[in-house]
Amino acid sequence: MEFMPNFRLHRPSQLTDAIAAKAEAESLYLAGGTDMLVNVRRGIEQPKHLVDLSAVAELKRRRDDADGLTLGSGLTLAEIAADDVIAARYPAVAQAARAVAGPTHQAYGTLGGNLCLDTRCLFYNQSEWWRKSNDYCLKERGDICHVAPGGKRCFAAFSGDVAPALIVYDAEVTLTGPDGTRRIPLEKLYRNDGMAHLTLKPGEILAAVHLPATHAGDPSSYEKARIRGSIDFPLAGVAVRLKLAADGTVADLAVALTAVNPYPHRITGTDAYKGKRLDTALLDALRDQVRKQAKPMRTTTVAPWYRRRVVGAIARRLTAELAGFTE
Amino acid sequence: MPLDQHKTILNCTVNGREHIRAVPDNLLLVDYLREHLGLTGTKIGCDGGECGCCTVLVDGIARHACLTLAAVCEDKAVETIESLDTRGRLAPIQRGFHEKLGAQCGFCTPGMVMAAEGLLRTNPDPSEDEIRAGLAANICRCTGYVKIIEAVQAAAKELRHE
Ligand SMILES: Cc1cc2nc3c(=O)[nH]c(=O)nc-3n(C[C@H](O)[C@H](O)[C@H](O)COP(=O)(O)OP(=O)(O)OC[C@H]3O[C@@H](n4cnc5c(N)ncnc54)[C@H](O)[C@@H]3O)c2cc1C
Ligand code: SF4
Ligand code: FES
Ligand code: FES
Repeated sequence: MEFMPNFRLHRPSQLTDAIAAKAEAESLYLAGGTDMLVNVRRGIEQPKHLVDLSAVAELKRRRDDADGLTLGSGLTLAEIAADDVIAARYPAVAQAARAVAGPTHQAYGTLGGNLCLDTRCLFYNQSEWWRKSNDYCLKERGDICHVAPGGKRCFAAFSGDVAPALIVYDAEVTLTGPDGTRRIPLEKLYRNDGMAHLTLKPGEILAAVHLPATHAGDPSSYEKARIRGSIDFPLAGVAVRLKLAADGTVADLAVALTAVNPYPHRITGTDAYKGKRLDTALLDALRDQVRKQAKPMRTTTVAPWYRRRVVGAIARRLTAELAGFTE
Repeated sequence: MPLDQHKTILNCTVNGREHIRAVPDNLLLVDYLREHLGLTGTKIGCDGGECGCCTVLVDGIARHACLTLAAVCEDKAVETIESLDTRGRLAPIQRGFHEKLGAQCGFCTPGMVMAAEGLLRTNPDPSEDEIRAGLAANICRCTGYVKIIEAVQAAAKELRHE
């Protein structure tokens, strides 16, 4: 038998019942479980109650109307990857869903679980005996951070693939909790703190993602660097959305990163490219701008300097490809 | 097992047979299959989601039995490697692995076969790239994958009656 802590499982079919069940002490939400159950098995999470969201039909809804596309958080990554409307209007989102883990994870891993994914670190995503032999760390049970031993901060990296692809389209999320429902930009779901990177209030569920019609159809792409091409988390991931004007100059450029900060980071200052024609010098400037804003720390087996270089290189290449620019 | 372990009545079909049993809430599907039902064909190769050895089909779709709670399979149909043959006659996907030497040590094979079976049900004529992508969540330490791809191609061909 595999080790499992003792917990009680709740399987509500209504959102309100899920929120009520979550009010129990030491209770956690479970969607596909492709990250949560790994952490439970490793003793990183030791819930007394798990609230399984997989039977809540409301979370699997998908609506396409004049405002844009609304995706329930319970849709699987495979469903997102295979959705023709997403592929046509928001291509980076479909590409990012297809880049998560492997096909089996995509088949039952969900959009909501991907966006609410815990942050990751070499010293945290390890077995119980591994962490114990290292006296744990700040993020869980321990006193020091092995990445930056002097400080009191955690730099674990947010490593979900889909968030940056949604952010370049200005996606919003609906959060439903004990105090009602609110809608915020997806970017605002996150904060720069590896120990508490989500701004969800206690009991809140990420119910749906809204892709606005505003940028629908703009060309975009997503690419990540990873160790094994088949299943690994990103060492660095980049989404780019580029709209060109009729004369070939930049009408709109948005770039967002994953796995190089504790939150998915939108590159600031891309408005400076508006009205300009992308050439070698401008693409080099964009690459340097991306490198500067990425803050990878020693949270993976691969050195931070490499992740900073590769994140800039991917951003530059994707932008050049979207612009149809060849050197 | 602690006395206060909460249990759920689980009603699910495993390999075509309906089972109704009280299972602990924290029981993993892989342990339900192996320890409670004696279906030890499904293997455990890692501490969660890395290797694909535990792959089974749930309602026809490949899923890690090591990252699935048994109780979540309520009203679902689970298929394991033990379900594929018909009274000792190998299914096409098993014959493919047997004849093309898609198995060496065999540890990854049950999961690999179930992932391939799931793939062929949705895509009966996969290209080599589609086979590689479809089996990307399954790791094999022995074969180098070439023989596994040939095995899936052979099964696909047989299923298309070529
Ligand atoms: C080997 C392996 C490789 C992986 N590689 C990648 C990768 O390359 N890229 C990547 O992005 N991910 C990767 N993952 C992680 C995971 O498979 C995906 O991120 C997946 O999308 C998580 O979704 P889930 O439904 O399984 O989430 P769960 O594991 O069920 O949940 C994840 C977290 O989100 C919370 N949560 C889930 N749904 C909601 C909701 N609606 N509202 C509020 N909170 C919620 C849970 O409480 C939990 O904290 C990998 C996992 C494994 C095992
Ligand atoms: S960055 Fe430091 S505190 Fe955070 S998980 Fe890694 S070692 Fe732990
Ligand atoms: S045992 Fe390795 S993925 Fe399930
Ligand atoms: S045959 Fe040995 S691991 Fe695949």
